[in-house]
Amino acid sequence: MRYNRQIKLDEVGSSGQEKLRNASVLIVGVGGLGCPAAQYLAGAGVGKIGLIDHDKVSITNLHRQVLYDEFDVGKSKALVAKEKLQRLNGEIELVAIEEALTIENAEKLFNQYDLIIDGTDNFETKYLINDACILTGKAWIYASIYKNEGQLSVFNYQNGPSYRCLFPKTTKQNVSCEATGVLGVTPGIFGMLQAAEALKIILDAGTVLSGKLKLMNILYGTEQVLNIQKRPEEIRKIKNEGIIPFRIVCELKDTGKTYLDVREDFEQPKVNSEKVIHIPLEKLKDRLKDIPDMEEVLVFCQSGERSQEAIEILQEDFGFRNLKNVEGGIEKIING
Amino acid sequence: MKITIKYFGILAETSGKKEEILEVDKGMSAAELKGRQIKTYQIPEEESVQLAVNQNLNTEVELKEGDEVAFLPPFAGG
Repeated sequence: MRYNRQIKLDEVGSSGQEKLRNASVLIVGVGGLGCPAAQYLAGAGVGKIGLIDHDKVSITNLHRQVLYDEFDVGKSKALVAKEKLQRLNGEIELVAIEEALTIENAEKLFNQYDLIIDGTDNFETKYLINDACILTGKAWIYASIYKNEGQLSVFNYQNGPSYRCLFPKTTKQNVSCEATGVLGVTPGIFGMLQAAEALKIILDAGTVLSGKLKLMNILYGTEQVLNIQKRPEEIRKIKNEGIIPFRIVCELKDTGKTYLDVREDFEQPKVNSEKVIHIPLEKLKDRLKDIPDMEEVLVFCQSGERSQEAIEILQEDFGFRNLKNVEGGIEKIING
Repeated sequence: MKITIKYFGILAETSGKKEEILEVDKGMSAAELKGRQIKTYQIPEEESVQLAVNQNLNTEVELKEGDEVAFLPPFAGG
């Protein structure tokens, strides 16, 4: 009864519903793209959905990640998403993984799922998903947003092109939605399109967007589909060499100032300079002696929020008086 | 001959336009057009920019009258 409205479709039927029940999808990043994708796949009755995200819900997420609400702020996205989606559909298995996707865990995780959905917001993880999918033989559904525009494609599907075939070289300018601004609906629409591709792949219905790149501008209502050429050498390289780590490293102009980077190890871009001390927020208390207390220290994170929190802890609990927050975070340091 | 260029992502901001019609020499390749526009608008990290000629991602082609060329940068927001 529950799935009656979709079983009525010729493309689904009771055999299709059985395919959905036996399918498993891993969603990497349960944010602007991953939330809607997860909601519709859970609703459709996909038997097992993995939710991997290291992040916590923030108040600035709520305009686009509408799976979460005000009571969830500060809680683990993976855990909250699991709980809410389980309430939406008690018949399916939901797995919360409160970690970042890394070179160490990617292949092992991917092996446990049929299909991967990319809900990430950075090049490093997109290349990592690409390489791990090539090595484990999984298809993945890609989407990216820049302001009011989005890109969508299915990579590594039935010998189709990979992300490296589209972008063999990329840019150091990793601009997130936080930095550029975005309407909540834009990742929402693309996350749903990703879920649609997942359903098509599972049901073996329609035409999968493999070898094609769909571009849409939400503001102007324009749309284009480009044909992607396969670059076999890009795929062979990964098969031969394994995952190629993608690191964005930025050189810091020497301003004579000392910096404290309170971001986690996996956060990008890295800043390459002797003047930067790197201690993740959670570990500050254990490494107080590594923080200079005489000269001025500029504290930064991705956006300026966690660094403010770090300063409050260090001032109030440990008496530091030499710390200054970098409003605007890492982008401010690199671009001035 | 006339061709149409469409700029996507940040390139629409770098060039200050979403679209333009250009008069170019007959026989110009997509790669040459890319080089020219990169210079005109001082587009950084040119190797990351991909071109699609008439919806096909490829720079190894000679342009023809009326061609539509998309300039496509990578982006990663989500």
